[in-house]
Amino acid sequence: MSLLPVTISVDTAVAAERAPRRLARLALPALALVLPVSLAILWELLVDLGVSDGRLVPPPSTILATLSELAATGELSRHAGATVLRVAAGFGLGVAAGTLLGALTGYYALLRRLVDPTLQALRAIPSIAWIPLFILWLGIFETSKVALIAVGVFFPVYLGVMGAIASVDRKIVEVGRVFRLSGPAMVRRILLPAVLPAYVVALRSGLGLGWMFVVAAEFMGASEGLGYLLVDGQQLGKPAQIVAAILAFAVLGKLTDTLIHLLAAPFLRWEDAFGAKR
Amino acid sequence: MLSLHGVGKTYATGLRALDGVALAVAPGEIVAVVGGSGCGKSTLLRLVSGLDRPTDGEVVLDGTAITAPHERIGIVFQEPRLLPWLTVAGNVGFGLADRSRAERAERVAQALDRVGLADKAGVWPRELSGGQAQRVAIARALVTRPEVLLLDEPFSALDAFTRIDLQDHLLDLWADFKPTLLVVTHDVDEAIVLADRVTVMRPHPGRIYETIETDLPRPRDRQSAAYDFAKRRVLAALDRSLDRKAVTDDGRTMSEAGAALWW
Repeated sequence: MSLLPVTISVDTAVAAERAPRRLARLALPALALVLPVSLAILWELLVDLGVSDGRLVPPPSTILATLSELAATGELSRHAGATVLRVAAGFGLGVAAGTLLGALTGYYALLRRLVDPTLQALRAIPSIAWIPLFILWLGIFETSKVALIAVGVFFPVYLGVMGAIASVDRKIVEVGRVFRLSGPAMVRRILLPAVLPAYVVALRSGLGLGWMFVVAAEFMGASEGLGYLLVDGQQLGKPAQIVAAILAFAVLGKLTDTLIHLLAAPFLRWEDAFGAKR
Repeated sequence: MLSLHGVGKTYATGLRALDGVALAVAPGEIVAVVGGSGCGKSTLLRLVSGLDRPTDGEVVLDGTAITAPHERIGIVFQEPRLLPWLTVAGNVGFGLADRSRAERAERVAQALDRVGLADKAGVWPRELSGGQAQRVAIARALVTRPEVLLLDEPFSALDAFTRIDLQDHLLDLWADFKPTLLVVTHDVDEAIVLADRVTVMRPHPGRIYETIETDLPRPRDRQSAAYDFAKRRVLAALDRSLDRKAVTDDGRTMSEAGAALWW
């Protein structure tokens, strides 16, 4: 692998004393690529040499060709766009509901006793189990899909917000009381900033579930979307298309997660935690 | 004038934390409250701050009964309790949200300057040392110019040098506009250095056992004989308050063992 500094000759070792740090910064993350890239190259070679026909497990070149073809015809952006829209709508609804209910139950102990057990019971239901009911209630088109995604997003956000609000340090809240903050001011100036780190984590796990559920939603019948590409690839025997869609999911999931991370970062610079960046 | 009339506190658990505490503190006076652990001295401070309500009696500041936090009463806790998401300046200005931006900035700068942390205005609390953080907490409490400042073992988490430094610093700040100070502490030296009067409490339930006028000139010399005498009187009272083996009548023969063990 050309990415790796394999040889450092003895006579340059002294000069390289400081270099390893820079090398390590670049090369260590690259280590993660060694295994997947090697496997991909190996598979490509095996198919090239005719050891396997690569029909069911397409080699990387075929997958790339499929991806670029999908991209060239505009199919990729159409399907990806449909999926992104569904996730965005479901995520928005799930986050709004989860934040509101989580904040209320976290703040009011009585409401928590009243509402939380029911929600926890609902949470225990595998969300996929709702699909038939949602289809009956909301039809087979967008509404039921968005509802399913929203359900998936709701629970991690709800749990995260409730837990975070309920566990805000009493001592910090007392500082707000000493300065006679009103209810809304207490929320805005003490509770919200205090729960923000946990909230970002909740949003990120909610988003992860959103991407998970959009696939389930699109499996239940869709004419477009990356999930449709998956089903279509299965039914028409096009494994390269399936892998291409999977890759698209991976890229989109990672991109949106990074987006949340980046948007939140300016508000979390104060964090003084083991994992916080200095 | 801050006065407590027959103040008692029983917690929901049935624990009687305070009973019949009567205390009057003149404007500008510094009163230290000392006592063994569990004698209710922190409870007392919480009642005066309005964070908790007494179950009996009342706390009155200039004719107003205190039942909730009051703008003329500030408090410094044992821990700095800075808000980690605000810079040092943001923390100091926390209680000035209703003032204009310009006034806030000016008063914050003034307060930070006064506690010697003008260069730290823009840093996060996590970057401060323990002593600096507590100075920020004091600045935050004083920036609103309270008439009464309550301090709940404010320097107990600091090392001995920083503690002495901050005690002097606090007196310095106090001299600016002479608020009433009510200091809860388990450090007898701290009580003597700071206070005009030392109130000794006894536990189960917490009540006032004895009040000792320190009667020392300021600034106080920690090495002087008068200082030592005042300290012995307080230590002797503490020992008596805990029903330890009493000492001789004037307290001069306070044993060192007693001094070390009272809390």
